Amino acid sequence: MEEDTDSFTNRPPWSSAAAAEGGSLPPTENISLSEFETFAVERLKLLKTVETLGVSYVKGSEDYIRKLNAEISNLSFPYRAEATGDKKQQVGATEQEKRRKDHISHFILRLAYCQTEDLRRWFIQQEMDLFRHRFGELASKHKTEFLHQNELRYDTITTDEKTSLMEKLVQSTYSISGASVLEQDIYKVPFQDALDLVRMRKVFLRAGYAYIAHQDIITIVLNDYRTRLSKALALTARSLPTVQSDERLQPLLGHLSHAYVGQDYSVQKNVGKISLEQIDSLAVKSFPLCMRELHRSLREQHHLRHGGRMQYGLFLKGIGLTLDQALQFWRAEFVKGKVDADKFDKAYAYSIRHMFGKEGKRTDYTPYSCLKVILSNPPSQGDHHGCPFRHSDPELLKQKLQSYKLSQAGINQIMELVKGMHYQLACQKYFELTHNIEDAGFSLNHPNQYFAESQKLLTGGREVKKEVDSPSTGQGAPARKTSDTSQGKSGTLTESKPGNPVPAEAEMAEDLDSLFQDD
Amino acid sequence: MPECNYDAASLPDLLPLYYRRLFPFAQYYRWLNYGGVTKNYFQNREFSFTLKDDIYVRYQSFSNQSELEKEMQKMNPYKIDIGAVYSHRPNQHNTVKSGTFQALEKELVFDIDMTDYDDVRSCCSSADICSKCWTLMTIAIRILDRALREDFGFRHCLWVYSGRRGVHCWVCDDSARKLSVAARSAICEYLSLVKGGEETLKKVQLSDPIHPFVKESLAVVEHYFSQYALVGQDILGSKESADKILALVPDDILFHITQVRKDLAAFFQTERSPTKRWDRLQSLVQKRSSKKAAHAEKEIMLQYCYPRLDVNVSKGVNHLLKSPFSVHPKTGRISVPIDLRDVDKFNPFDVPTISLISEELNQPRAGEEREEGKDGEKEVGEKRKIRDYKRTSLAKYIKVFDNFLDGMERSRKGELLRKSDLQKDL
Repeated sequence: MEEDTDSFTNRPPWSSAAAAEGGSLPPTENISLSEFETFAVERLKLLKTVETLGVSYVKGSEDYIRKLNAEISNLSFPYRAEATGDKKQQVGATEQEKRRKDHISHFILRLAYCQTEDLRRWFIQQEMDLFRHRFGELASKHKTEFLHQNELRYDTITTDEKTSLMEKLVQSTYSISGASVLEQDIYKVPFQDALDLVRMRKVFLRAGYAYIAHQDIITIVLNDYRTRLSKALALTARSLPTVQSDERLQPLLGHLSHAYVGQDYSVQKNVGKISLEQIDSLAVKSFPLCMRELHRSLREQHHLRHGGRMQYGLFLKGIGLTLDQALQFWRAEFVKGKVDADKFDKAYAYSIRHMFGKEGKRTDYTPYSCLKVILSNPPSQGDHHGCPFRHSDPELLKQKLQSYKLSQAGINQIMELVKGMHYQLACQKYFELTHNIEDAGFSLNHPNQYFAESQKLLTGGREVKKEVDSPSTGQGAPARKTSDTSQGKSGTLTESKPGNPVPAEAEMAEDLDSLFQDD
Repeated sequence: MPECNYDAASLPDLLPLYYRRLFPFAQYYRWLNYGGVTKNYFQNREFSFTLKDDIYVRYQSFSNQSELEKEMQKMNPYKIDIGAVYSHRPNQHNTVKSGTFQALEKELVFDIDMTDYDDVRSCCSSADICSKCWTLMTIAIRILDRALREDFGFRHCLWVYSGRRGVHCWVCDDSARKLSVAARSAICEYLSLVKGGEETLKKVQLSDPIHPFVKESLAVVEHYFSQYALVGQDILGSKESADKILALVPDDILFHITQVRKDLAAFFQTERSPTKRWDRLQSLVQKRSSKKAAHAEKEIMLQYCYPRLDVNVSKGVNHLLKSPFSVHPKTGRISVPIDLRDVDKFNPFDVPTISLISEELNQPRAGEEREEGKDGEKEVGEKRKIRDYKRTSLAKYIKVFDNFLDGMERSRKGELLRKSDLQKDL
């Protein structure tokens, strides 16, 4: 946290950890726009994979590691074997290339993702997970080396202390067993430097110090990395006006940054096409389970707490409710409960106008994606928001599905997916069962996407069903060529090769959109 | 009952008197100025006022105690909230370039609200509280205060009654005020054991081995459980409430649940004593105990008694929280500091209302002069105010606040001494 952050801050996360490579500063070489774009898009794809795997698998599990390594080498980023610094064994040029790409692409995304709190949080989270994975693949001695290089030195505790704290250390730390306490080094670290362990209650805390086993040292490294990266992003944000005055980069960076959630479903063509009377029946037919539940709770209790209002309110905005409709809708329901019209106007109307970008910072908020619903702000007492597949007791979920007349076989399939933590797939299965189709034909990542797909199916958009077409064309995505038939992992990305003319923004947009909608 | 005579309609008439003669401005300023160690610490602090008709004024800030005093006496806020210390004066936030106006520091705060316990208390619901369920707040204070001190090493935790249905904690140590958002949220998660919303029945899951923090917390819960939950809330008193508890036992025991139910039903027919019923339940559960269910009864106890934090309040540096000594407009009660040495005896219904202390002020009381001796050095204007509040039942709570402030002052002095010693050594 001192002044001397440069040695680490300015290094891209990996090459710094990998080996004593020279490049500790942002890249200064010239780079063609097309390469700039390719690098950025591919790193984004990698981070996107990191995010997706993090939801589908337990981080650090065998499957997770295998799939992530596959993606890393698939996209030609440096990994494992190369990280040991034994450069001779590698095909020199390729290795050098990979590192260059790793380095440059990280810094490009810093530019694109420093602009808002939300973007920063997402970027830091994914880069942290990537870093954790890569660090985990290092050999033990390289880990220690790394600590020293980055001046992360901490006091170890004495044998006497170990003996007196033995019981507590064993009870609090998974990687310590009774016998191993005396053998290994245990570091005494200010708790602020080990937040991940504190958060998960996997460390012994006393008087503001965390007692960390040698195996858990990665937490410190990550914590340090997080601090530095987030400071660096704040600094980058300040220099942004200069960057944005470059008219070649500005649209590119803008697009890169808002691509992270895929289509954001904030700009709608069908604004005002839905009447309030339709909502009850739509909730049953075309809402994903999370929204159906929120709607039901709202109707039953004439109230939703903040988390629920945000999740459901933005969804409704996304399917086309106007601000006036939204106000009418919420007011009508709330006044049936304990809130009178006057109180509603004072206490709740503001936040609804806020959602539509009419108050405060005037940000036009976008509906929540599945990942956001699943990962952030879990429901607590009195809350009905969240993802029913993620945040319900299995038994309650089962009963709910039964009450919605799903077949027993279907319910079992859903419960299996839930058990494997494939919440989005479970929801997709729910879609298939409630719409009586074999294969949804799209990959679900947004509640509003669920709604759009359902409407397409129910209102005669039959022909769409068979095609593995990009799922959201009906929702006002920018005009696109249909030639990108292959939606495979890397299909659409290899098109812009160095030497190509600078892609127009529209094409760029296509690449990114297809990237984010299809995996 | 003195609190009965508070009438919300009289608040506009009472507030001017309260801010003119009773509000402890000196202590309040002494608190938020933190010894004047950091430049502009008080000046850059956000206050926000709720005025008549729910008019909400954010980003108020004041140069010094007397400006704060004058402004509060002018505006007579129904409610006062305290926000963060910003990079610039909050009342000038519109004049600085956007993006540069940032929340830098704030006390680490916790907000515990009785409404969050509605699924586990039978005596009251939503905003209502009674002396029975208040035990939940006592438990919360004991558990969190211990952890904040012993685990996290904080020393200056100010616990405050919110004025209606909950308590707040202000951790005021230098290091606490500087915590990042990530650190605040990590602390909250460390301290949270009850998780899940309306779609989760079983909200506590313990894993093996049990972490020392959980053990310490359990010890507190165990101390109160029998008297509070079994007897007070009578959680095994009816079939419905007993079923609610059985639903928390993991499935591999539930497999035998019909048998357990039968057993219990038969036992309950003859046995009325809540503690004996609990013992029976415990032994039945333990008999079937598998690995997954090893902690079933501990989990039940925690679900019914463990503090429920409003995490969002604690996480944000810029989040506002109701200020100590603000009046609660609904109950008229003053938001007062709680004496930790006597936390079991704290009774929210004894906390004075604004009507009560206004009345006390109007009744001349004999012998008030005697209490004054030690305030000799304070200035004359202060003296009058001190004399005023000392004549009311607010006095003992302000004393608690004074003690808290003295403690912080001692730490600051100790820190200064330590630093100058270090310099000497060099």
